[in-house]
Amino acid sequence: MNEIQERENRIVEEFSLFTDWLDKYEYIIDLGKSVPPLDEKGKSDENLIKGCQSRVWLECGEKDGRLYFKADSDAIITKGIISLLIRVFDGQEPQDILNADLTFLEKIGLKENLSPTRANGLVSMIKQIKMYALAHAAGGTGKKEN
Amino acid sequence: MKLFTTFAANLCFLCVNRKHCSYFCIMNAIENIRKLFPALEQEMNGKKLVYLDNAATSQKPLPVIGLIERMNSGINANVHRAMYRLSDETTALYEGAREEVRKFINAPERENVIFTSGTTASINLVATCFCERYVNEGDVIVITADSHHSNIVPWQLACGRKGAHVRILPLKDNGEWDMDQLQDMIDRRVRLVAATQISNVLGLINPLDELILTAHRHDIPVLVDGAQGVVHMPVDVQEMDCDFYAFSGHKIYGATGTGILYGKKKWLEEMPPYMGGGDMVGTVTFERTTYAPLPLKYEAGTPDFIGASSFKPALEFVGNIREGETGKEVARSEKEITEYMRRALREIDGCILYGDAENKIPLFSFNVEGCHAGDIAQLLDKMGIAVRSGMMCAEPVMTRFGTTSMVRASFAPYNTLQEAQYLIDCLKKAVKMLR
Repeated sequence: MNEIQERENRIVEEFSLFTDWLDKYEYIIDLGKSVPPLDEKGKSDENLIKGCQSRVWLECGEKDGRLYFKADSDAIITKGIISLLIRVFDGQEPQDILNADLTFLEKIGLKENLSPTRANGLVSMIKQIKMYALAHAAGGTGKKEN
Repeated sequence: MKLFTTFAANLCFLCVNRKHCSYFCIMNAIENIRKLFPALEQEMNGKKLVYLDNAATSQKPLPVIGLIERMNSGINANVHRAMYRLSDETTALYEGAREEVRKFINAPERENVIFTSGTTASINLVATCFCERYVNEGDVIVITADSHHSNIVPWQLACGRKGAHVRILPLKDNGEWDMDQLQDMIDRRVRLVAATQISNVLGLINPLDELILTAHRHDIPVLVDGAQGVVHMPVDVQEMDCDFYAFSGHKIYGATGTGILYGKKKWLEEMPPYMGGGDMVGTVTFERTTYAPLPLKYEAGTPDFIGASSFKPALEFVGNIREGETGKEVARSEKEITEYMRRALREIDGCILYGDAENKIPLFSFNVEGCHAGDIAQLLDKMGIAVRSGMMCAEPVMTRFGTTSMVRASFAPYNTLQEAQYLIDCLKKAVKMLR
């Protein structure tokens, strides 16, 4: 089992403790609050992923063949879910990131947050993470062109 | 609830002076309306559904659902085309619905009433055909700053093609039109004013009479976006004297994918057709085509004749809930809900209500300091409440009020004061979680 899968399993285990939605969302909100906000440089237009509902900023760096992510959002629940994604992906190799299926979000009952109709920027963010991974796997940087 | 209704009904029956039991009378009237809407009898996330996104689309009453089902299963034949009984029946239902719409908005003749696929399509039709005929380089179309994207983008597109410009009538801080600036907006280059009757974000009844009078004094025609307006107030296009009036079927209890464009005959006759195709023609040869008389000139191709036919039961329903005792109770209920919501939102620390003025329909767009609108909507969803959040297809309105999103709760006559109270309770809970 690769590390991404292990991290996903641990999150599923943690979430299995919650019996009702209220506790679960309180936890996600706490996670969102605990993520340090991106600085002004990180909140550049280049890093912005625009959704109708909320905005997400994603910054990607590379060190020794592994990718590191920082992200922020103006919506706290979105930010909480982002922190879970970063926990799964941070410090992983591009190829492993590309292979990840992210079924853990469904298992912890947050599937609806990934629906394209929610327009909360999460779907685009995952796409962007994979773009970075794809570009790095091929030797580029994956930065948006605009 | 049933027991309670029976009790209320009895009480009202005995009650001579209705002032004594207005609470029960309202409850009873609203409960009777709710019975017509099967969609309201469901749960969302394990809670009884509280549907407060009516400005986006309304639920459908049984007569509308019944007609659509009856037509799909038994009376399905194309309109205006054939010589057999089924086709006659479809055509009768389709034209019957047009007559119902004509009566509902008091248009002079059936020729003034065109079926479209919605408000957006209606406005696009006018933007395209009117600008094609009357707008030249350097001309101006004035739109109101509270417009939905559907009353902005069609004009930008049409003006772009002609080298014309869009000019904006601004809003005051409370969301009302800044009428002091209207005079400055109007000059000899203005070809048309496109105005929102009630904004889908602010919910204020705009002073259309004054605007239309001013525009007409300069011989400038006015298009009214009535998507929200027609749902909440009686519309008489002749009395209003607008030149075009656009609205959707699905927001006024009818089928989705249906809309109406009312236009004065002079314009509809002079403007070129919008789309070419079946049913909009007189004679076709490869050299030249003549067009069908109004209203078919603008109804190219097979229309959504089943959806369009649903305007009849939908508008009959609206007529029923606006008339007599029921009408009085509904009006009282909406007033009560509006007063309650304005007061309750004001009492929440850090809450901003946009469009907080007197002439308001029960539609409330707000933000709470320290909480993102999307987060609030998501938590309310978990508590069974359907509200809208985001830009609501009106980004310039968001920008005007310095935000990128809002929460919107929009009520219909089938919503109760209890639902409003439940919304406020849940909102307080959500805010507590998010802060």
